Amino acid sequence: MSAAVAADAVAPDNAEQPTRRGQELLLLCFAWVLGSLALANVGWATQDGLPARFWTALAVLAGAGLVAHAAVRALAPYAEPVMLPTAYLLNYLGLVMIYRLDVAAARRAEENGSPAPTPEVIGQLTWTVLGVLLLAAVLLIVRDHRKLQRYTYISLIVGVALLLLPLVPGLGTTINGARLWISVGPFSFQPGELAKIALAIFLAGYLVTHRESLAIVRRKVLGVSLPRGRDLGPLLGAWLLALAIMAFETDLGTAAIFFGMFVAMVYVATQRRGWLVLGAFLLVVGGLLANLLYGHVRTRVQIWLDPFEFANDQGYQIVQSLYGLANGGLLGTGWGQGYPQLVPFASSDFILSAFGEELGLTGIFAVLLFYAILVQRGLRTAVACRDVFGRLLATGLAFVFALQVFIVAGGVTKLIPLTGLTTPFLSAGGSALIANWIMVALLLRISDITRRPDPVIQSPDQALTQVVRL
Amino acid sequence: MTRSIIRLAGVLAVLLIALLANLTYIQWFKADDYRTATGNSRAILEEYSRERGPILVGREAVAESVETDGELKYLRQYPQGELYAPATGFYSQVYGATGIEKAENKVLSGVDDRLLFDRLQQLFAGRDPQGGAVTLTLDAAAQQAAFSGLAGRPGAVAALNPRTGEILALAQSPSFDPNLLSSHRSKQIRDYYTQLTDDPSEPLLNRPLAAVDPPGSVFKVVVAAAALESGRFTPQTVIPGPRTYTLPGTDTQLNNASRTECGPGGKVTLTEALVVSCNTAFAWLADQLGDDAVRAQAERFGFGTSFDVPMPAAAGRYPDNPDPAQTALTGIGQFEVRASALNMAQVAAAVAQNGSVMDPYLVKEISSPDLQVLDTTTPSTFGQAMSPQHAEELTSMMVQTVERGTASGGAIPGVRVAGKTGTAETGNSADTVWFISFAPAENPQVAVAVVLQGAGGSGGSLSAPIARSVMEAVLN
Repeated sequence: MSAAVAADAVAPDNAEQPTRRGQELLLLCFAWVLGSLALANVGWATQDGLPARFWTALAVLAGAGLVAHAAVRALAPYAEPVMLPTAYLLNYLGLVMIYRLDVAAARRAEENGSPAPTPEVIGQLTWTVLGVLLLAAVLLIVRDHRKLQRYTYISLIVGVALLLLPLVPGLGTTINGARLWISVGPFSFQPGELAKIALAIFLAGYLVTHRESLAIVRRKVLGVSLPRGRDLGPLLGAWLLALAIMAFETDLGTAAIFFGMFVAMVYVATQRRGWLVLGAFLLVVGGLLANLLYGHVRTRVQIWLDPFEFANDQGYQIVQSLYGLANGGLLGTGWGQGYPQLVPFASSDFILSAFGEELGLTGIFAVLLFYAILVQRGLRTAVACRDVFGRLLATGLAFVFALQVFIVAGGVTKLIPLTGLTTPFLSAGGSALIANWIMVALLLRISDITRRPDPVIQSPDQALTQVVRL
Repeated sequence: MTRSIIRLAGVLAVLLIALLANLTYIQWFKADDYRTATGNSRAILEEYSRERGPILVGREAVAESVETDGELKYLRQYPQGELYAPATGFYSQVYGATGIEKAENKVLSGVDDRLLFDRLQQLFAGRDPQGGAVTLTLDAAAQQAAFSGLAGRPGAVAALNPRTGEILALAQSPSFDPNLLSSHRSKQIRDYYTQLTDDPSEPLLNRPLAAVDPPGSVFKVVVAAAALESGRFTPQTVIPGPRTYTLPGTDTQLNNASRTECGPGGKVTLTEALVVSCNTAFAWLADQLGDDAVRAQAERFGFGTSFDVPMPAAAGRYPDNPDPAQTALTGIGQFEVRASALNMAQVAAAVAQNGSVMDPYLVKEISSPDLQVLDTTTPSTFGQAMSPQHAEELTSMMVQTVERGTASGGAIPGVRVAGKTGTAETGNSADTVWFISFAPAENPQVAVAVVLQGAGGSGGSLSAPIARSVMEAVLN
């Protein structure tokens, strides 16, 4: 009796913990059916029949889902069961929308008599498969997320290097005014997407060891506890890094993501609201500075304030996005029946407005709630996690998803100034997609470790029980 | 640490709510504003996705939507583009719509209230919405005669049914091809539009409705009507018709076209003055009547009023405050008198219809997509320009003008035609020549006005044959 009580106290849900892999498979099947129906719907709406190679696409995606599921079942059996199906569903819906935009592009080319454009969906499907394989690889290589803590400073170097890579002459490429890509032969890649992960690992590791000193309160200003001056170093470093990204790579969105992730993780690590206040202050100062120093930032702000004044040039995109959302209304035009292709970059930066147009307010609410589920599961993983490193890493990763969705969705709906960022899992773009899958893999790993019965604290009795169970 | 993560989640929840609220604002509260915003090409694309109703002349479509495989589901086609362009206008995704395409857009696009029942039917039957049909008052034969008659020379023809005000012909030259403006290729549309706007002959101008020119001698009909209505003159009244007339208060001499006296001893009856188109007599007459009387008469014929036919037509103009010399010049349709082909066709129609002026109109009826008539335009009277007796007298004068005077080019064997020629100096280019007429004089079925801008020559030789062929087309 007393032994049982002791065991409960140490590992409250030990051994009884269900793996929930069945639930995950069921949800994955549901996501697959939903995505497949959407794909069929696009076909019927645009060409009165199923899309070309419809069954092949279904098979490939079913395969991808099964591989992901098998990898989790084998390598992270206790992982949280909702995250993977949610990510999978978003990825599938993104593919369907990209396919739908391909159809529109092909049709337009045909009407203008120009050569048929390369369909984006093929590339995106390839990246999806690659993303799922990377998910499996991460689960295979990272058997315990706590081991990542060893690579804290290597992660910093890797992360900064990845960020700076596009600036290397001959390697970096400027696309649409932002120097975020590197080109090797026919491939272009956005290393900043992977840098997010590396820097999250670094920050988690760094904060594990430094959070005590960062939490020390030196003075209070207006009731807010402010950190010591000498502890401000890292925060200022991150701020300067963000400003540098804006200056040299002219990318507002990535800068905001890094700085936001940094502030959020420092706040969670120290539990001092002073960091949030300082972060917000630096964000405002940075924003004002950027508005003052950089023409492209100023333009963005002006467009944000009154896009209709620039409706035919720089504001065209956002105005078309708003028209598209309005056209969608409450229930949307239906798959394949709106005009999302009128928004430039509909398949990447503006894919959310495509959803808003064709699936309506209802559909875009659903998509945003899928993200909310993903983020909530990520944060719940952080709360449940028993080690500080895991908590911070999970928080950072979940927060990056959330912030990125907010910045993109807010941008295309004129809530905040527009910044070029991809929508996680939905947008066309390989680097972002595989980075997102790696992030989900890490979250799955953390939740698996968290919920896994801990063999270390097991008494021989329980070990015996376990053998019987197996 | 848990607490700060939960707080962070709270912050994110606030951001999510901001997003959802903003989306609701855009997609629900603001949606209608955005949908109807100018420059929202989705509205046009949406319109192109519906089957727009046809514009009909008789049973024949002069504008119709045909299905395509493209992004825009329907293509607007005009089987006889240039012929009907002044009536149909164009329907362009780049430049919007003009003509009937614009004026009757609600019916054609199917949102008119009269089509409500059909819309509901379509909704319940799950069919794609379809626009209603607009049938024009145009007479295909008369329209063809008018367009062929112009033969590419700059000019316009308007023909009316004097009884109803129905527009039977509305032709112009040069015209344009609405097919090229209503296509789906925006580059083609832009190129063609630029070509049209760069053309000094202004093909996009709606000549019969909107181009106003000095009417010259055809305005003498208005002055003659004013003279009869004044009570001081009858067709037999003898008035001066000398070789030259000195404009009151000036030394300027006005000549007759013939450079001779209009009658023996420089005297002439009112009838004879019209028959030979005596300039000196009508200048004197206008001076005698005064500008107020002539203006009032012109306005009773519809001058000064812009009729919506349903597209707005230009109002004929009579100068506000001419001095006596200028007033004398208005007597021969010069100085600042301006009229469109439609304005002058209305004058002819009013004389034909016992002095009563009808509101001109181009839309005979509108029908549901399955061509059931939903609404027929009822003719309406604008007013009485002159007494029936004076109209009869003026008709007789105009008949004589055709039978033995300057308007003989409008004569049709076996039909009594009433007509009047006009040659107006425009100051810069060659003269603009006119012809107005109606037939048969005893039972008028058609009134027509022809104007050839800067054609030179005289009204009788160039414009009369066009008017004659239009009248013949209606009478046969």
